[in-house]
Amino acid sequence: MTTLERARGIPTSLVGQSEQTVALLHDVAITYHLADGSFYEAVAPTTLAIAEGEFVALVGPTGCGKSTLLNVVAGLVAPSSGTCLIHGDRLSGINGQAGYLFQAEALMPWKTALANVAVGLEVQGLPRDEATERARSWLGKVGLGAFLQRYPHQLSGGQRKRVGLAQVLARDPRMLLMDEPFGPLDAQTRAIMGDLLLGLWQADRKAVLFVTHDLEEAIALADRVVIMSAGPNASIIGDFPIDLARPRDAHEVRLQPAFVETHRAIWQVLKEEVLKGYAQANEAKA
Amino acid sequence: MKRNGERRLGLGLTAWRLGVLALVLGGWHVLTATGVLQPFFFSKPLDVALRVVRDVQLPRFWSDLGITLTETALAFVIGSVLGILCGFALARHPFASAVCDPYLKAFNAMPRVVLAPIFALWLGLGIWSKVALGVTLVFFIVFFNVYQGVREVSPTILANARMLGMKERELFRHVYLPSALSWMFSSLHTSVGFALVGAVVGEYLGSAAGLGYRIHQAESVFDVTGVFAGMVVLAIVVLIIDALVGWVEERLLVWRPQAATTA
Repeated sequence: MTTLERARGIPTSLVGQSEQTVALLHDVAITYHLADGSFYEAVAPTTLAIAEGEFVALVGPTGCGKSTLLNVVAGLVAPSSGTCLIHGDRLSGINGQAGYLFQAEALMPWKTALANVAVGLEVQGLPRDEATERARSWLGKVGLGAFLQRYPHQLSGGQRKRVGLAQVLARDPRMLLMDEPFGPLDAQTRAIMGDLLLGLWQADRKAVLFVTHDLEEAIALADRVVIMSAGPNASIIGDFPIDLARPRDAHEVRLQPAFVETHRAIWQVLKEEVLKGYAQANEAKA
Repeated sequence: MKRNGERRLGLGLTAWRLGVLALVLGGWHVLTATGVLQPFFFSKPLDVALRVVRDVQLPRFWSDLGITLTETALAFVIGSVLGILCGFALARHPFASAVCDPYLKAFNAMPRVVLAPIFALWLGLGIWSKVALGVTLVFFIVFFNVYQGVREVSPTILANARMLGMKERELFRHVYLPSALSWMFSSLHTSVGFALVGAVVGEYLGSAAGLGYRIHQAESVFDVTGVFAGMVVLAIVVLIIDALVGWVEERLLVWRPQAATTA
């Protein structure tokens, strides 16, 4: 094992961690070939480990490549260089152990809420009756017990996210990947969805990688907030543990002095990056 | 949307529609009765109505109608199946699609009427030459819609389905097929209409039965009343089929937001 890992260019120090490390991005870089033949290095070689039961929020200015890193863990994007290890095994293809909550509309519009959740279970090999029963119970847990037969277009944006959450959690994945899942929602709905997520997560504490550009949301939800710099050549520039007691109320916690203190410390780092991002965007325009 | 609008307008709309009909029929009647239009060339609305009433009492009329509807149904089913198969095959294989593209465009641009005599030569004067003509019309509508439906599946829905563990077979069943069928269903009005056009045009150009044949027969003996009677029957058939298609569509596309339906 050790020799093999060394042959793959992975330091032995990291391999030892793989027992409690759910996902490990090691020197992962993302480079795009542009139409004019040049290269654009979106994400510089980055290393990030997510431990069992850990809720990690990845925060950065818009367009810094944080969603791309998430997609690498999901197996939807192959890194240009570096490796992604899932429970110590190199990932190739779709990450079957992960549940992914998308920012954009991801429900199948031709299926009802119930069928959308049940189909993910049927794919896992559950008999139809059992799948439907479990889907029903999960939709109940996310507060949609009365909306089982609705089609996605008959639900509000927040309700559709709840269906998505049930769809992901019902399959009992070993880790959760979330790409600004509550981004398109209004502020009140976001707070409620954050609370719902924390409540469900608290039950079995799966590892979570939560991408957001909202620092407050990140601190309110996560155990660890990782800050990325503005692209190109985006990289991790800060890694802050969040020492707020659990279980938390995703909304109330924002009023605690410790929250405000943490927010101030992280914002100092993030602010510079946001300004840098604006400056680059303006340069590009000029 | 339009349906709701119709309901809101309610009786007013119906009154206006009947008004337009009365105006056209009344004008026609007055012009032919006063001799401004020659009844020999333009017939009279009352004569046409009486002819329709007389026709529907003939057993021959119903067998002709049955033949036309059979041809329509066969053309629709065969054309749809071929369109779905080809649409899927080409949408999933971009290279094959690129190879076939110019030929499909060329064939689709061809006026299908010119094929009718060839089909009559190949398949005889029975129903199959008419079915073939209808198939060439239906095929392209279904094909282009299915092709588009498979290609236009939202990348997020596809990525989500793959994250849910779906492989090619399940993706086909739960994602590609429903998307393609929804595009196909939204063009049902057009494809069913074209199936009927294929049948009638085919009959008109050479056959011994069907609604198109009746019109052709009347025309060849300068029986203008007979021609108009055939057209009225055809119009009624189209309206009935269209209402049926609308009813089917409403049930198949319940999941669609109202604004997106073509009804």
